[in-house]
Amino acid sequence: MILLWGSNARETHPIFFHHLLKGMRNSAELYVVDPRRTSSARWAHLWLGLDVGSDISLANAMGREIIASGLANERFIQHATSGFEAYKAHVEKYTLERAECDTGVPAEAIRKAARAYASAPRAQICWTLGITEHHNAVDNVVALINLALLTGHVGRYGSGVNPLRGQNNVQGGGDMGAIPDRLTGFQHVENDQLRAKFEKAWNVKLQSKSGWHLSDMFEAMDHGNLTRLYVLGENPADSEADRRRALKRLGGLEFLLVQDLFYTKTAELADVVLPAAAGAFESEGTVTSSERRVQRVRRTVPPPAGVRDDLDIVFDLARRLGHDWGTPDPEAIWNELRSLSPMHCGMSYRRLEEMGGIQWPCYDESHPGEMFLHGRLWSEPLIGPRAPFSVVEFEPPVDQLDEQYPIRLTTGRRLDDYNTGVQTGKYSSPLRRREALDVSPEDGERYKLREGEQVLVTSRRGSLVAPVRFDSALRPGLAFLSVHAHDQVATNDLTIDAVDPKSGTSEFKATAIRIERT
Amino acid sequence: MDLHLTNARATAEERAAVDSDLGAPESSWQGAQRQTVDTRAAFSGDATNRRHRLLPLLHRIQNRIGWISPGAVNYVALRLNVAPAEVHGVASFYGMFSLQPRPRVVAHVCDDIACFTHGSDKLCAELERTLGAAAFPCSDGRAIWLRSQCLGLCERAPAALVTSAGEKSYERVLAPASAEAVASLAEDAVYGRLPAEPDVLNVKTSAPQAARKNGFSPLRLLHRIAQGGASTLEAYQKLGGYRGLRKALELGPESTLRELFASRLLGRGGAAFPTAQKWEALFLQRHLLSEKRGRAHYVVCNADESEPGTFKDRILMEGDPFAVLEGMTIGGFVTGARRGFIYLRGEYPLAAERMQQAIKTATESGFLGDNILGNGLQFDVEIRRGAGAYICGEETALFNSIEGYRGEPRNKPPFPTQSGLFRQPTAVNNVETLVNVPGIILEGGASYARVGTKDSAGTRLFCLCGHVAQPGVYEIVMGSTLRQLIDLAGGVAGSGKLQAVLLGGAAGTFVGPEELDTPLTFEGTRAIGATLGSGVVMLFDHTVDLRHILLRIAGFFRHETCGQCVPCRVGVVRQQEALLRLVSGKPLGSAEQEITLLREIGQAMRDASICGLGQTAASALESAVQRWGLFL
Repeated sequence: MILLWGSNARETHPIFFHHLLKGMRNSAELYVVDPRRTSSARWAHLWLGLDVGSDISLANAMGREIIASGLANERFIQHATSGFEAYKAHVEKYTLERAECDTGVPAEAIRKAARAYASAPRAQICWTLGITEHHNAVDNVVALINLALLTGHVGRYGSGVNPLRGQNNVQGGGDMGAIPDRLTGFQHVENDQLRAKFEKAWNVKLQSKSGWHLSDMFEAMDHGNLTRLYVLGENPADSEADRRRALKRLGGLEFLLVQDLFYTKTAELADVVLPAAAGAFESEGTVTSSERRVQRVRRTVPPPAGVRDDLDIVFDLARRLGHDWGTPDPEAIWNELRSLSPMHCGMSYRRLEEMGGIQWPCYDESHPGEMFLHGRLWSEPLIGPRAPFSVVEFEPPVDQLDEQYPIRLTTGRRLDDYNTGVQTGKYSSPLRRREALDVSPEDGERYKLREGEQVLVTSRRGSLVAPVRFDSALRPGLAFLSVHAHDQVATNDLTIDAVDPKSGTSEFKATAIRIERT
Repeated sequence: MDLHLTNARATAEERAAVDSDLGAPESSWQGAQRQTVDTRAAFSGDATNRRHRLLPLLHRIQNRIGWISPGAVNYVALRLNVAPAEVHGVASFYGMFSLQPRPRVVAHVCDDIACFTHGSDKLCAELERTLGAAAFPCSDGRAIWLRSQCLGLCERAPAALVTSAGEKSYERVLAPASAEAVASLAEDAVYGRLPAEPDVLNVKTSAPQAARKNGFSPLRLLHRIAQGGASTLEAYQKLGGYRGLRKALELGPESTLRELFASRLLGRGGAAFPTAQKWEALFLQRHLLSEKRGRAHYVVCNADESEPGTFKDRILMEGDPFAVLEGMTIGGFVTGARRGFIYLRGEYPLAAERMQQAIKTATESGFLGDNILGNGLQFDVEIRRGAGAYICGEETALFNSIEGYRGEPRNKPPFPTQSGLFRQPTAVNNVETLVNVPGIILEGGASYARVGTKDSAGTRLFCLCGHVAQPGVYEIVMGSTLRQLIDLAGGVAGSGKLQAVLLGGAAGTFVGPEELDTPLTFEGTRAIGATLGSGVVMLFDHTVDLRHILLRIAGFFRHETCGQCVPCRVGVVRQQEALLRLVSGKPLGSAEQEITLLREIGQAMRDASICGLGQTAASALESAVQRWGLFL
């Protein structure tokens, strides 16, 4: 059983979805939770069309139903978890009736999904941005993790909680320490002992406090605390929520350096642009996939004239800043990393090549890597700390609906394009259609719209004009825009930058809008 | 379910045809009016689980409308939660379905090799003159006639089948057919004046041996047909029916299996695999049935008899339908299967009617159902009709067809006894094989094994057709010679001078007059590089141009390849092209070079095709070239 929650993997992870279809051919059942009846949902055994942002109420109600129907895995709960009693008491108030009221999903559907998830021999929850692009993103995630702990669908073959990563190396970015509070291998920067190890190896003093995440940085620009920015492979000029404000902030910087494959919208604003080689085939190194598998990537073609490898650029910058690191050697850098990050320690280039990649953690050169991460929860006796249940409360999205802004706009991706379209927009696709505001046929009738007609879409932050398209995957009161084509439809002019303080992610998924004929 | 290429919508009649099987749709996601609840949840699980209804639904639409429109495809896709492209893929796989508008009345006129020996070329020429070219509407656009592959009516060649779509649909057989009769039956169909019965089984015409007072030997398989047939349960029981099942129930599954082993019965569908061994494989997995969730066993009767020249299974089903059910029920008892499927050739209206009636009666009388003969045995049988695809006679293609996929063969292993229908252990047996079973249980396996030869036990049905005096189904003890069989059927007809015999149908081999003393056993035919196949014995007199027969066979394979694997998909086309060049006297290079090319193509297909179709597509041609140096 696969529970796809807040993910339209059919369009956003098409290769993964092929594997999923194979599973379905082998009699796995797919359940999809999504406000829209997406193309993924069309493959589902059961689709639950909840209100945007009501995920926690749905998850808590499923938890309550699982407990009430005696399907909780009590042995696992006792053996490997903590905080169950508090969780049980907390979800007591999330009755099916209440959840139906919060989410709009019929109680019967919630009951079915809960029982199917709990009684499946193997079940996994997969999610993407429908869970994480909310002001309470982390709460959403732990609400799902609660379900896995409740049923023991974790740490075993075919089970688990899987965030589907957006790119081939999102996981790798985190592993390498490109997060504000962690050094390589998720070692906390505020842990003196760990930090000391790095300081010794690098012979420098490291900052002892966590850094800023993206949203913090943009806020810091307002206060003049951040005046210089080095952007690698990002396009915040299009991808930030409340885009107009983001553009103003970027415009106020003293110095902006952009390093990218493409001349992005952000690059247009930059003082200096450094053209970079493509990671997939013009440089040497590794990537880490969603399943924590570290794989080698190799240079198959040299980059075009004037374009340099990321390592080359960084090494040269360091030299100009007074640190001569010598000539970059990807394998030597990797081996240095292995010496500092225990979970990568056993992954020599030779082994990565021989084994076709290794899933971390891999502590030494005899370690085969781990197929799933939380297998320890099943070991007798338990190894490591107990996995905690978390008590989380449903909170509606920040941008509330009212008479002025009666329609819920949610954003996402379509099959043909990737995020702001930097990597995809220039390619033709037989299925791509002009970006349009998708609305339900009922709303089309209600606002007396013709398909294809240009409408004025206004949120509390801005407005835009877009053609309208009817889509029965949407219900009355729900509209959809992609984030791909900001030169056509600047979706993020509408979105809100209400940020989850724990993850730093904005609530892209829930905007209040109104639609007017032009 | 992703790609919606058209916005075509089903007509009310098309929806009614589908709904008559599935009931009215429950939500807008399956085609109903949109309601508020539809915007909040979609319970599609049940729809997804009934993909296997796809083929029956397509039959309903074809039978009701006469063709399957894009709107109907979209509606079926909605109802089954399947992508329209998949529905189209399945619908376009089968010869009996039309995806283009077509008149409701269609006359399928066989121009295959057996009918060719009985003047089908003249019949078609006559129809061209009177009704116009094939595949163009006639009778003011209300009817159409089409050339067809073998209709399995070879003993009454030339044959035609008239179908009429509508709220009540009809299929009527015409054999032997004349141009006037075809035209007038089509006309009758247009005005709804069709005969009440789709066909009649005339034992004298179809099984002349059985109609005689003193046949060649005691008949085991045809004895009820010889006594006037057993289409009712009373008649069947009066003639010894269901005694085999009763005995099996007394013996228990293990002893029943032992009898079957002792009988040395080999499958009669063509592959000659020991029947007991198949059933044992399922028997040994019986303990898993209760242990594993969702585990089931199936017994499948392969009644998709489509080998050109074969019609024995049709006559068994028409004349002795309960015997097929009894054989299957014993199979269910031994293997632990609770469900059986009969995959019945689409072109057999009378057999389908008789089998359907037999299932109904048997269920009502406690010979099928939840408590068979008060023994607690559960077994039900369902008919699934093919739709004009030869390849679906291949067992794994047949499974895919029942499951609602294109009838493309699967790779083996896994074999059906491990992973067959719905990926569950499945015993799949030919009709004639199953009809053998009750008798074996009744008389004892050892006694049965004494009939015939050591390696070929029992009697065997042969389909005599072509230039033979009395075409029809004959039952002989294995080991009799080809000459004896032909004599039994009254000798060679036509010019009276035998040129060649095609053994085993299009996938079989030619043998010459000098090989008539070959014993008709698995080992006897193997010794001369031939095969018994499905029991076809097709005679050609000395006036027949064998090159045209070969060309027709090549055309048959080109039409029937499923296109899944390359050697066959490309090979059958190249084979036909090379043959065409040879026949028209325009070889590329020399005739020797063309023959070398044909041999290479044949070898590639034998080596690398995943199923028997490709592996045998060159066999008739090669046997003719080898025996007579044809074209050289």
